[in-house]
Amino acid sequence: MKEPLFSAKNLKLLTGPLNLNNPITVQVLGICSALAVTVQLKPAIVMALSVTVVTGFSNLIISSIRNTIPPRIRIIVQLVVIASLVIIVDQLLKAYVYDVSKKLSVFVGLIITNCIVMGRLEAFAMAEKPWRSFLDGVGNGAGYGLILIAVGFFRELLGSGKLLGLQIIPHFLYEMGYKDNGLMILPPMALITIGIIIWIQRSANRELIDKS
Amino acid sequence: MFSNRYIFIYSSIMVTVVAIALTLVAVSLKPTQEANVRIEKMQNILKAINITATPKEAQTLYKKYIVKSYTLKADMTEAPSIDAFSIDLAAETKKANPADRLYPLYIAVLDNGDTSYIFPMRGKGLWGPIWGYVALKNDFNTIYGVMFDHKGETPGLGAEINTDKFQQQFFGKTIFDENGNYTAVKTIKGGAGSSNPHGVDAISGGTITSNGLSAMLEDGFKAYLPFLQKKIKQVKTENIDGGTQI
Amino acid sequence: MSHLFDIFVRSIFIENMIFAYFLGMCSYLAVSKTVKTSVGLGIAVTFVLIITVPVNWLLENYILKPGALIWLGSDMAGIDLSYLSFIMFIAVIAAIVQLVEMVVEKFSPSLYNALGIFLPLIAVNCAILGASLFMQERDYHTLGEASVFALGSGIGWFLAIASLAAIREKITYSNIPAPLRGLGITFILTGLMAIAFMSFMGIKI
Repeated sequence: MKEPLFSAKNLKLLTGPLNLNNPITVQVLGICSALAVTVQLKPAIVMALSVTVVTGFSNLIISSIRNTIPPRIRIIVQLVVIASLVIIVDQLLKAYVYDVSKKLSVFVGLIITNCIVMGRLEAFAMAEKPWRSFLDGVGNGAGYGLILIAVGFFRELLGSGKLLGLQIIPHFLYEMGYKDNGLMILPPMALITIGIIIWIQRSANRELIDKS
Repeated sequence: MFSNRYIFIYSSIMVTVVAIALTLVAVSLKPTQEANVRIEKMQNILKAINITATPKEAQTLYKKYIVKSYTLKADMTEAPSIDAFSIDLAAETKKANPADRLYPLYIAVLDNGDTSYIFPMRGKGLWGPIWGYVALKNDFNTIYGVMFDHKGETPGLGAEINTDKFQQQFFGKTIFDENGNYTAVKTIKGGAGSSNPHGVDAISGGTITSNGLSAMLEDGFKAYLPFLQKKIKQVKTENIDGGTQI
Repeated sequence: MSHLFDIFVRSIFIENMIFAYFLGMCSYLAVSKTVKTSVGLGIAVTFVLIITVPVNWLLENYILKPGALIWLGSDMAGIDLSYLSFIMFIAVIAAIVQLVEMVVEKFSPSLYNALGIFLPLIAVNCAILGASLFMQERDYHTLGEASVFALGSGIGWFLAIASLAAIREKITYSNIPAPLRGLGITFILTGLMAIAFMSFMGIKI
C-alpha cells in the first residue's frame, strides 16, 4: 500500500522542527552562521530560504544515493554534496539578488558548516527514503529560518524603526521623543534576542525545560 | 562491503560530476554577475553627481551624463589605451610602486550644462575598506557631490558614511583655501560648524571611520594635485570652464 | 611589524570569532559546560586554525584567485576559479583535520587523549571555515598576515569558550527562572560578554 505524499506522519516531519523540535532553540544546531545576518529582515529572509534549499536538497540527494555511499568516505561525500549546493546557491544570489548577497558575504559559505545540514544528513537522510528526507530537510530549514526571521524582525524594528527598509515607526513618535535602540543593531543583541525567544518558547512548552 | 577499488571509482565519478555541474553553473551565471558589478559601479558614479539610479536605469543614465572618462598615470599624463571604467581601484592601491598606479577620472555634463569631474578614491575604515566618488565643479575646487560606501563598518556608527544625511554635508565645501593651498576636506570631531569651508561634522561614535574618510579624501585628491592645479590655472587665465578635455 | 601586531590584537579582541561573528557557536554552546573540556577544545581549534588558514591562503593566492594561475604561464592569467573556493577550503580543512588526528595519535598519545574527541568535531566547526573565508574576503597580502590572523582568531575563540565555561560553572548554583535555565541563559550570558568585548572596539595600534 502506498502512503499519500502528505500523510499525517510526513507532515509531522515538516511541522515538528517549527516548534517542539526546533533546530536552534531545542536541538542547539546551526547557530553559527546565522546571527550576524539578522540586523535587517531582508538578509535574514534570504538566508533562511538559502538554508532551507540546501537542507532540503542535500537531504534529498544523500538519501537517494545513501545505499551506494561507502561508509568510510561518507563524511567527505556529504561535505561535497553540501558544498556544491552552497556554491550553486551563492552563485545564484550573486547573479539575481546582488545587494543582499553583498550583505551576506561570507555567511553564505558558512552554510556548509551549518551543523543543521550535516546533523540532518547523519541523523535522518542516511536512513530514510528520499521524499521523507526532503520533507525533514525542508522542515528543519524552515524551523531555523523561522527563528532567524523572528530575530531579524525585532532587530530591524527596534534597532532602526524599519521593516524591509520601509519606515514602520511613525514619524510623530520620534518627534515625541522616541529613539531607535542603537543597541539592537549591534551583534550581541542577536544572542540576547534568541535567549528571550527560548525563554518564551520554554514557558509555553514546559516539557522543553532543562531538567538539571 | 565496499572494496577500495569501488571507493576510488566512486570518488572519481563524484568529483567529475560535481566539477562539471559547478563549472556549468559558474560559467552560465558569470555574465549576469559581472553585469551586476558594472551596474553598481555606474550607480555609484552617478550618485556622486547626485543622480540616484535604479539598477535598470543605471546604464542609460550613465551614458547620458558621463560623457568622457580618462585614465591618468601617476604623473597625471593620459594613458590612452586603458579604459578608465575597467580599472579596479582596490588592485591599483595595492601596487607596490606608486608610480605604476593608474588614476581614473570621469567627466559628466550636468543638466544645467556645467561640467563636473568625478574622482574615485579608496581608503581604510575601522573594519575594512571604504571607498567613494567625489565630484568637483568646473572650478576644480568646490565639491558638487559625493558618494561613499564601506564594506562592513559598524551599523549605526561608522556605517553612517553612506547615508545622504552625512554626504550632503560635503556639498559646496572646497578643497583649496583662498590662497590656493591644498586643504582637502576633513571630518571634524565635535562638529565643524557650517562656516568652515573645508570641514564637515565627523560621525559621533564613528571616529576611526571618520578619520579614515578624512585620510582617504586627503590622499585621494593629493594624487590628482598636479592635474587639479594645472586645470585651475587654465580656468583662471582663460576664464572658461575646464571643458571635457584634459 | 606593528601592522601584524594590529591584526593579531584585533582578531583576538575586536573581531572575536564568537562575540562579533558568532562562529563556532554549536560546539561553543555544547562543550562550554566545564572549564576542562573547553580548554581542550579551545586549544584544538587554535591548533587547526593555524594550520588550515595559511594552507588555504596559499591555495587562494596560487590557484583560486582570478589571475592566480599566472605562475603556470601567462596564458593562464585569465582563469578565475574562485567559484570553487568553498569546496576547496572545506576539503582542505577536512583533510588536514584527519591528518592532524593521525599525526597526533602516532606521535603524542597524551595530546591525542586530550584533544582526540574534539578533532573530528572541528572539521565542521564554523570558526575554522569562517576564518578561511574571512582570510579570503579581507584579502590578506602575505602569508605572515594570514598566519597571525589565524593565531589571533584561535586565541580569541579559546578565551571566549574558557571564560564562558567558567561563568557557567558558577551559575549552576544560581536561581534562574526554570524556562531560562540551560540554553536560554547561556545565550544571554554570551550576549552580555559580547557587549563587554565591544568596549575594545576602536582600539588602534
